[in-house]
Amino acid sequence: MTVLQKKNESPIAHLTAADIEAIGRELDALRQEVVESRGESDAAYIRKVIAVQRKLELGSRAALLVSMFPPAWLVGTVGLSVAKILENMEIGHNILHGQWDWMRDPKIHSTTWEWDMASPAEQWKHSHNELHHTYTNVIGKDNDLGYGIMRVDEDQRWHPLYLVQPLSNFVNACLFEYGIAAYDLELGKNLASERRRNDPAFRARVKAVLRKIGKQASKDYLVHPLLSGPSFLPTLAANVTANVVRNLWSHSVIMCGHFPEGVETFEKKSIEGETRGEWYVRQMLGSANISGSKAMHIMTGNLSHQVEHHLFPDLPSNRYAEIAPKVRDLFDRYGLRYHSASLPRQVGSAWHKVFRLSLPNGWMAQTTPRNAPAQVVKLVRMTTGGAKARRQLQAAA
Amino acid sequence: MTTTVPQPTPARQPRPALRDRVLKLVELATTPLLPTDYLDLVAPLRSGAALRGRIEAVLPETRDAATLVIRPGRGWRGHTPGQYVRIGVDVDGVRQWRAYSLTSRLGRADGCIAITVKAIPGGTVSNHLVHRTAPGTVIQLDQAAGEFVLPTQRPAKALFVTAGSGITPVMGLLRNHPELTDVVLVHSAPTPEDVVFAAELWSLAADGRIRLVEQHTDTAGLLDAAGIAALVPDSAERATWACGPVGMLEAIEEHWAAAGLADRLYTERFRPTVLVTGEGGTVSFARSGTTLEADGATPILDVAEEAGVLMPSGCRMGICFGCVLPLREGAVRDLRNGEITTAAPGDGVLIQTCISAAAGACDIDH
Repeated sequence: MTVLQKKNESPIAHLTAADIEAIGRELDALRQEVVESRGESDAAYIRKVIAVQRKLELGSRAALLVSMFPPAWLVGTVGLSVAKILENMEIGHNILHGQWDWMRDPKIHSTTWEWDMASPAEQWKHSHNELHHTYTNVIGKDNDLGYGIMRVDEDQRWHPLYLVQPLSNFVNACLFEYGIAAYDLELGKNLASERRRNDPAFRARVKAVLRKIGKQASKDYLVHPLLSGPSFLPTLAANVTANVVRNLWSHSVIMCGHFPEGVETFEKKSIEGETRGEWYVRQMLGSANISGSKAMHIMTGNLSHQVEHHLFPDLPSNRYAEIAPKVRDLFDRYGLRYHSASLPRQVGSAWHKVFRLSLPNGWMAQTTPRNAPAQVVKLVRMTTGGAKARRQLQAAA
Repeated sequence: MTTTVPQPTPARQPRPALRDRVLKLVELATTPLLPTDYLDLVAPLRSGAALRGRIEAVLPETRDAATLVIRPGRGWRGHTPGQYVRIGVDVDGVRQWRAYSLTSRLGRADGCIAITVKAIPGGTVSNHLVHRTAPGTVIQLDQAAGEFVLPTQRPAKALFVTAGSGITPVMGLLRNHPELTDVVLVHSAPTPEDVVFAAELWSLAADGRIRLVEQHTDTAGLLDAAGIAALVPDSAERATWACGPVGMLEAIEEHWAAAGLADRLYTERFRPTVLVTGEGGTVSFARSGTTLEADGATPILDVAEEAGVLMPSGCRMGICFGCVLPLREGAVRDLRNGEITTAAPGDGVLIQTCISAAAGACDIDH
């Protein structure tokens, strides 16, 4: 994944500045169309999703009160997992984007909403809405790309530590909500120096996160198990399961958004003085969609329409499906690639990349059954040798 | 010139401390939501909930006016005749707040209250309420407010001057104060068909409860203040309540003041002074006490920051909602599409300061 600006063949080389501004105008007009037609049925939609989610959660938690009976455990765990996914994806994520602020309902508003998540809404809004959505896929600006914790780009120098990244990525997926909380706190950066560690603003944010985690954990791992009496342990197991299922699901969906092969990244200086049209084009090239059924779209919080979401992060999620064909048509007319594939394919593609980049550049591609032993020997030597040995072996490849 | 009448404030029902403690415990199980978020699904009108009401019936009064019978939530503290209530109703999915006079009799057997709404041409909320509201709709309510009420010492003689929907608070008074026996009502409406509560007013007049002077302005023209005084020769002896368009009220206020009767006049305005929306305006930040001049092309966020106000901010392009602040009063223009958003006192409309420019004077809660 070399940044677009360094590629031999840029996917936008054929676009003139006038084309890019025309794309911008078309997308502005499309946005305006949706804004003008927002209304009662959209409001009814989000209220319905919220009502269904709350009833499903209540019902599932009620079933778990007698979770020592296996059927109750199963029904309750499945229901709670789905409820938690809906709450995070279609409800929380989108409300916190301000997609429903136009309703002026203080109960469904980006400034008042709090979600079932380790990271407090306020902190997540900053790192997600401001940093990720403004600087999408700009290396050094958009931390969602994972540079801080993984090797996501051939241009990042390989180090043996990266061999464990498939494992660490899986662990991160299971504990995703805590990963996000740590990420929103920018722990890596803020724990690095004494001055940053002691910054009162940082400490206040840490406190807020710990308070939130405390409440969340006591609800799922103490209060509800206690309410279940003799079913304490099965309920505890059910709640752990539901949280892990939710974490794995949201991690998968989010990996599909910007990580599959073929999604572009950008250089920091390329966005200096970026026009609205250029910003749109960056969003178009930097996102990937997931194709599938209506139920799948809802369960991903319509992040399956990642391209549309990144173009218009504040439009109601239930409208992305309707504008997707128009957006796709725009891609076609301007000769741009609209990334869309099924969930298994996108997840597979993203994981393939995690594995590929955990190994030295070219290693995976060059390895065949015949040369496998030699390749393994080379990998071991690169792993155990010093930086110099790695450079020599890499250069010889 | 609205006169303040001391209102007995009904004492808030003390909530049992035990209930609070139980709620705190339940919160441990519902966090990050509150127990009320779940209870609202089944019992939106229960006590302890945010005040709401359910519309039980929509009764047409004229071709463009209707009375809405509302069952208020358990938290409703009652009202004094002549007062209004602010209601929040979702029109095209957007919560809109408006104030309407209460017209019902106190202590109805069914516990309901009623407001009477006249659809004004182009009026988003009034047309929705009169023509497109179905019984069963749940709306948001505020407690009743307003000082257009009778003083504790009832006047021996009263004069009511109303026009159009200005009759509504007066109907609230007439229905609930049978002890007023010497009443003159001067009411203006374009045609006889436009007179809201016509049958009831005629019946009150026939019973001798009131002397009714109806002015049909399409044929007879507008009444001026001197004309009213001439129609009611003893107007100087009467306590006067006036409700109607701003022009009418100002004329009456002037006339009554000139006659030295200002202290016997009570007026009620339905709409605040019309907002002049234009390019730019004075923006004031209520909490930080800063006031500045903003042009109509620069986002309020930029103008405020340049003036040294510490503003919340985010992407600065209208997508992240990190800069949203409540507009307490005023008008702003969305720089992206020219759309105007206005706020009246009490609305607190949330605006994105990074894409909103002043379109008139703005009072921002920050």
